Amino acid sequence: MLEQIEGSQAVARAVGLSRPEVICAYPISPQTHIVEALSVAVKSGALEHCEFVNVESEFAALSVAIGASAAGARSYTATASQGLLYMIEAVYNAAGLGLPIVMTLANRAIGAPINIWNDHSDAMAVRDAGWIQLFAETNQDAADLHIYAFRLAEQLSVPVMVNMDGFILTHATERVDLPSQEQVDAFLPPYAPRTYLDPADPVSIGAMVGPEAFTEVRYLASLRQHEALSSIEQIDEEFGEVFGRRPCGFFSSYRMEDAEIVAVAMGSAVGTLKDAVDDMREQGVRVGALGLRTFRPFPADAIRSALSGSRSVLVFERAHSPGFGGQLSADIAATLRSVEPTVHSVVSGLGGRPVTRRSVASAIQASAKGELGLETFLDLDESLLKREVTELGTARRSSATGGAVAQIIESSGPQGAR
Amino acid sequence: MPFQPIKFYQTGSFVVGNRLLSEDQRSVQSSQARTNSLTLGHRACQGCGEALGARYALDAAMRASGNQMVVANATGCLEVFTTPFPETSWQIPWIHSLFGNSAAVGTGIAAALRSKGKQDIRVVAQAGDGGTVDIGFGPLSGMFERNDDVLFICYDNEAYMNTGVQRSGATPPAARTATTDAVGPHPGEDFGKGKNLPLIAMAHEIPYVATATVAELRDLEYKVEKAMSFHGARYIHVLVPCPLGWGSAPSDTIRLSRMAKETGLFPVFEAEGGEVTSVSKIRHRLPVEEYLRPQRRYQHLFRPQPDTQTIGRIQAIADKNISRFGLLNGEPK
Repeated sequence: MLEQIEGSQAVARAVGLSRPEVICAYPISPQTHIVEALSVAVKSGALEHCEFVNVESEFAALSVAIGASAAGARSYTATASQGLLYMIEAVYNAAGLGLPIVMTLANRAIGAPINIWNDHSDAMAVRDAGWIQLFAETNQDAADLHIYAFRLAEQLSVPVMVNMDGFILTHATERVDLPSQEQVDAFLPPYAPRTYLDPADPVSIGAMVGPEAFTEVRYLASLRQHEALSSIEQIDEEFGEVFGRRPCGFFSSYRMEDAEIVAVAMGSAVGTLKDAVDDMREQGVRVGALGLRTFRPFPADAIRSALSGSRSVLVFERAHSPGFGGQLSADIAATLRSVEPTVHSVVSGLGGRPVTRRSVASAIQASAKGELGLETFLDLDESLLKREVTELGTARRSSATGGAVAQIIESSGPQGAR
Repeated sequence: MPFQPIKFYQTGSFVVGNRLLSEDQRSVQSSQARTNSLTLGHRACQGCGEALGARYALDAAMRASGNQMVVANATGCLEVFTTPFPETSWQIPWIHSLFGNSAAVGTGIAAALRSKGKQDIRVVAQAGDGGTVDIGFGPLSGMFERNDDVLFICYDNEAYMNTGVQRSGATPPAARTATTDAVGPHPGEDFGKGKNLPLIAMAHEIPYVATATVAELRDLEYKVEKAMSFHGARYIHVLVPCPLGWGSAPSDTIRLSRMAKETGLFPVFEAEGGEVTSVSKIRHRLPVEEYLRPQRRYQHLFRPQPDTQTIGRIQAIADKNISRFGLLNGEPK
């Protein structure tokens, strides 16, 4: 049914429709609206056969989900940013134990400096943990992907993280088509684990594995991630049959047919990219957009064939590895090492800075003219950088970076401004 | 198989042999129906108090639950010596997740069972002292505070033995560990540090808290069975000597456990809803020196000559416990 609804409420409804059995949560912005709505659903009795546990930390939140999942219950939690880092030991553990937990990550920057707004630093911090990581472009995507995630997780015994941009999606009211309970039940059968903590058939879960078998355990984990690629194609098809809208697959493609330049992003910025592509197409630039939905497992073959005809690839990435560069562009560059296009990293939208249509267009224009560097910080405010340098130490004010960083800026100048 | 009574004595103790008791009074361990929850083949050291305590506690919990039980185990010796892949010594459903989260994993299992209407299956979470009083304390306190239906058992050997005997928040004053070495002007652990988890558990006003030692295993069984008669959060703190970490003879594990109680250094008691309901009285009061001397972790207190001042400070701790809990006969509680 079509509704005007906040992203978080839509996700809460989708999670509720998935009949979770244990939900645990600890408050952190911007995911709180989701678990608040779920707690109301459980407490009011609207969501039956479900336990809602208010825990004392994110570490406990995911640990409770681990226990619940190992005992055979469909388990869900949500977090963001610092909360994800606080539970990171359990993030790796859940994947290692092969527990099909679904977690919303309402993507948010990581401090210091403390920042509650959106970027993808949190998702990148756990990209190697062994979870499947999906990114929602819209709130429709976000709602759909949660139902989808339970199915995918349980089919493969792998935890799934559904990424949705904090505030930009979680707090935005949009039109969302929420499915009926009958549709969800037709798509998502009850969770029936092959192995769980059962007194009738005792198992030991979480044994110590030494050098003689650890490599094999990791190899199998990698194999399962690769299997996920074919599972995703199959589940996409079934999802389309049940809900009448087929998910985009590994990524969405927009005006890619003859594109020389391709703009790539994950999450809500994809919509902006599409707008900018329209603008640049009007000016005669042959540009297209690719919105990556499936980040882990990384659909390398599909990305290679989608991008191999282009001349340059602009990766608009909301995270940055200091001392190296963007993580997403590195993955894409590794995928394209044997084919032509040059991969440009456009670091954009950190800590909630809007990725605007105009800025995206300016980067595409620079690329068309061959003027775009290999790494660019989009919309870098040079006057703010200068002020940080000149005012620091001379006036009583708050500092985000400390004097040492300002000194470096002073001596070397900003890199790759607009 | 014909019934064959098992003779079960603890020589030198006050425990009555099972043969002299009626069947319903005999220990869980004396029964052929015991579940051997922790069975043979594990890699614990000789004289390991933790293996002994875990076996008795879990078999008692199994009987009390009608064999309907799930266990969450923290990282530590108990986890390492029981489950070297692909082997396991557990004959019960058992999970190890992380060092600091066994209480939270227990909470999750209990929540799963409740959502599925399977409350007849009971949950036990367990850890060593590090996984209880230090790294696992947050989730444990959360589990207590929410009164989740989990029995948490701490096997306290008073240091991080699995990683090579480092100091924990349960390490007693003057004890030598690898990180509180017997060097400098104040050798061993400092006085005035450490936390008393049974009292902290009681402050949460959970239904049941008890302490026990592996010297009185029938008492441990009784307390586990009692704990299983309650729902909600329950806590049992078991003193389990570690020959490796304490520098004691493997054959002294039971004797040292008894001495810890008989000196007053380890009060053995029960509490319900935050109030002490019973204490195990000291039968033959011993000076702390007799408990300290057989342990190499305290040898700096006796060489080159006895450090009477430090021994006196440890005696004062025992004396305080004795008056606080009324551990001597003739005293209340």
